[in-house]
Amino acid sequence: MSILVYTESENGKFKKNALEVASYAKAVADQMAASVTAISFNASENESLGTYGVSKVLNVSNDTLKTFNAEAYAKAIAEAAEKEGAKVVVVSSSANSKFLAPILAAKLKAGYVPNVVEAPDSTEPFKVKRTAFSNKGFAHTAIKTDIKIVGVSTNAFGLKEDQTDASVADFSPELKEDDFSVESVEVDKVAGKVSIADAEIVVSGGRGLKGPENWEMIEELADVLGAATACSKPVSDMGWRPHAEHVGQTGKPVAANLYLAIGISGAIQHLAGVSASKTKVVINNDPEAPFFKAADYGIVGDAFEVVPKLTEKLKEFKAENE
Amino acid sequence: MKILVCISSVPDTTSKINFTDGDTKFDTSGVQFVINPNDEFGLTRAMWFKEKQGAAVHIATVGEAGVEPTMRKALAIGADEGIRVNAVPTDGYFVAGQLAEIVKKGEYDLVIGGRESIDYNGGMVPGILASMLGMNFVNTCIGLEIEGDKATAIREIDGGKETVKADLPLVIGGQKGLVEESDLKIPNMRGIMMARKKALNVVDPVDATQATEDVSFDKPAPKGQVKMVESVDELVDLLHNEAKVI
Ligand SMILES: Cc1cc2nc3c(=O)[nH]c(=O)nc-3n(C[C@H](O)[C@H](O)[C@H](O)COP(=O)(O)OP(=O)(O)OC[C@H]3O[C@@H](n4cnc5c(N)ncnc54)[C@H](O)[C@@H]3O)c2cc1C
Repeated sequence: MSILVYTESENGKFKKNALEVASYAKAVADQMAASVTAISFNASENESLGTYGVSKVLNVSNDTLKTFNAEAYAKAIAEAAEKEGAKVVVVSSSANSKFLAPILAAKLKAGYVPNVVEAPDSTEPFKVKRTAFSNKGFAHTAIKTDIKIVGVSTNAFGLKEDQTDASVADFSPELKEDDFSVESVEVDKVAGKVSIADAEIVVSGGRGLKGPENWEMIEELADVLGAATACSKPVSDMGWRPHAEHVGQTGKPVAANLYLAIGISGAIQHLAGVSASKTKVVINNDPEAPFFKAADYGIVGDAFEVVPKLTEKLKEFKAENE
Repeated sequence: MKILVCISSVPDTTSKINFTDGDTKFDTSGVQFVINPNDEFGLTRAMWFKEKQGAAVHIATVGEAGVEPTMRKALAIGADEGIRVNAVPTDGYFVAGQLAEIVKKGEYDLVIGGRESIDYNGGMVPGILASMLGMNFVNTCIGLEIEGDKATAIREIDGGKETVKADLPLVIGGQKGLVEESDLKIPNMRGIMMARKKALNVVDPVDATQATEDVSFDKPAPKGQVKMVESVDELVDLLHNEAKVI
């Protein structure tokens, strides 16, 4: 029996979440005495997945799949799952995985649980722990169908090395024109910027920054840390920052290792979106700001003084530690 | 054009989350229920199509009688009629199965759902529904234009956005961005009065798979005390040596 994992790549290179879901799949495989098969699309260095416990890689090389297409990818993954007799399919929490997983669920008549934060509680019944109520709670959810789909929360499980020899085989799913009926016409990505979804560190600014012209300071800090930038809802509502940066209950969830909140009050809707982050640092001039109650470290101070100092200090720290 | 907006009735965003019955059920006492924010953006976009291009807008909800105030609010915002499937929405697969039946019967050209509901965060109903019916599907939709039977949608992707084209019938998983927040409609007195007269049809559930079951719930461990720090030197030191995140 095998556990199938969908490993995402960009320009042929595996994304970090691919290694995380492979690590997760290996943990499931160990619990079920199974092995891990990965499916990748136009990826090079497929063997490298062996580092994370993958013993077989089905690589789809197909020019029509250079751009992500949810329906076609889901069809290919479903075909691979059937071919391998996979009982569990593991995907990430990227926007693309969350797009294709429900389609895959319908194709495989499989139950799907997203936002999973730990290896399964049990495999008979198959039960996983996931976040619910916008990170204000956890649910332990049993999947009752024959095939199960698990969506792993970003940075929740981490990378776990488990060196295995990975064999690589070409895999050519049967695709039809119909599978491309949702057609991508343009992809607009900010080149060279870390996205919130992939980021290990996120630097986030709120209304306390007073205006978009002050974001240079935030970007500089993010640069030093190799971090993504984010913001609170009013900041994106006022158009100071793009909507895609808005984090919180109605924005993006952030599950970073380090979340720096600058000039953000810490309203319940904002906290809901960041509580899955491991270490939270708050910089705010109001010692009563509710965010301090949810933080690990806090500095009471004016962002316009503290942030440039912090950036300088981190530059020094980097220079010393590299 | 005939549009169905799928509405999920969810705890208001400020709700305190608690569980009862030995942590097996969500505690609804004292909780105010509202239209799921992601669905609200979709509903307003549907109203835009109704006003600008002429469309009939129906809403559908899977839930017991308690969800009707939320549905009335959606009708007061301007939807023409509502359909309630009288069943507890046990999981996304089951809900999609119920809605599929409604979409089949109603022959909708466009089905608007939310990217996810903010309570169980399943994020699967629109996608499963589309697949069950063989309809096109676009998730995390932040822009939608329709001309004839052709749709152009913008969807949010990690680190940017993507423009896609697809023919109707189409299902979208919508979110903030579909309309401006300032354009979200608040029911006015006239809307509320009119909503009282609009049809809210109750139908029995059909057989559908329940694929998952929430067996129990728990809450995140209470947070330890925040460590207040005087200087950035101290902060960098703590982040490196204690939290080990840099
Ligand atoms: C249905 C609904 C959904 C929502 N969803 C979200 C969501 O997903 N995400 C979200 O973020 N919000 C959400 N909100 C809004 C939320 O309730 C708050 O209004 C919002 O988070 C406040 O943003 P803020 O902290 O940036 O601004 P403010 O509340 O204005 O706080 C600014 C903070 O900056 C501090 N400050 C000011 N000047 C300085 C300075 N010079 N240096 C340091 N600190 C300074 C202030 O002390 C204050 O704490 C939602 C609201 C509703 C009703």
